[in-house]
Amino acid sequence: MTNTPSFDGRRWHDMGGSKAGPILDETHDFALWEKRVDALMVLCSGKGHFTVDGLRRALEDMGEAAYDEMSYYERWIAAISQNLIEAGVITQSELANRMAEVAVRGDSYGEASRA
Amino acid sequence: MPDRAMHDGAVPDGVAPVKTQRVRVAARMPMGHVRAPAYLRGKVGTIERPLGAFPDPERLAYGQPAPDRALYRVRFSMAELWGDSAEAPTDTVDAELYDTWLERLD
Repeated sequence: MTNTPSFDGRRWHDMGGSKAGPILDETHDFALWEKRVDALMVLCSGKGHFTVDGLRRALEDMGEAAYDEMSYYERWIAAISQNLIEAGVITQSELANRMAEVAVRGDSYGEASRA
Repeated sequence: MPDRAMHDGAVPDGVAPVKTQRVRVAARMPMGHVRAPAYLRGKVGTIERPLGAFPDPERLAYGQPAPDRALYRVRFSMAELWGDSAEAPTDTVDAELYDTWLERLD
């Protein structure tokens, strides 16, 4: 019996030991909406709605395509939204209605970097 | 007499050092959110120190009641992990793993 597992079931996010290119050490400021997403996770955890483990689970379940197509905090807000729906804190229709209200503010509303 | 060996690694004269505890990481490859990276599964390491008990993150991830599980810092050699392709075979990597993933070998 071998002790080396088959990696057939290895999931896409489990990258340790994989071939990788150079590390990009560039930095950037965060947009206001990105800071708010980060703060929202702190609030959700503090209020006991779900934990960072639930955040990670939802991020992993999005699959590799989301990793390529969405930015870091776009994935976070999707994962937070999913956990809040699962926890019964918000409903899908409440979220949709609120997003429609926010969209009226315009495309540039969330871009402020110093606030 | 306080058991200093458990806290800072110092071993008082005449006291046998704590035997190194070898463990093997389970080689299973389940679906879902798990907390053992694939590159460690099936590998043998040594307990570097116990870290305490914490709610099981693999259950917290699904909003389930999560009983405390013992967490350990486990040390692996690069030779164990990467075999002949290890650039520095005697270097080590530490990983924090729950007892649900560890099989005691000693």
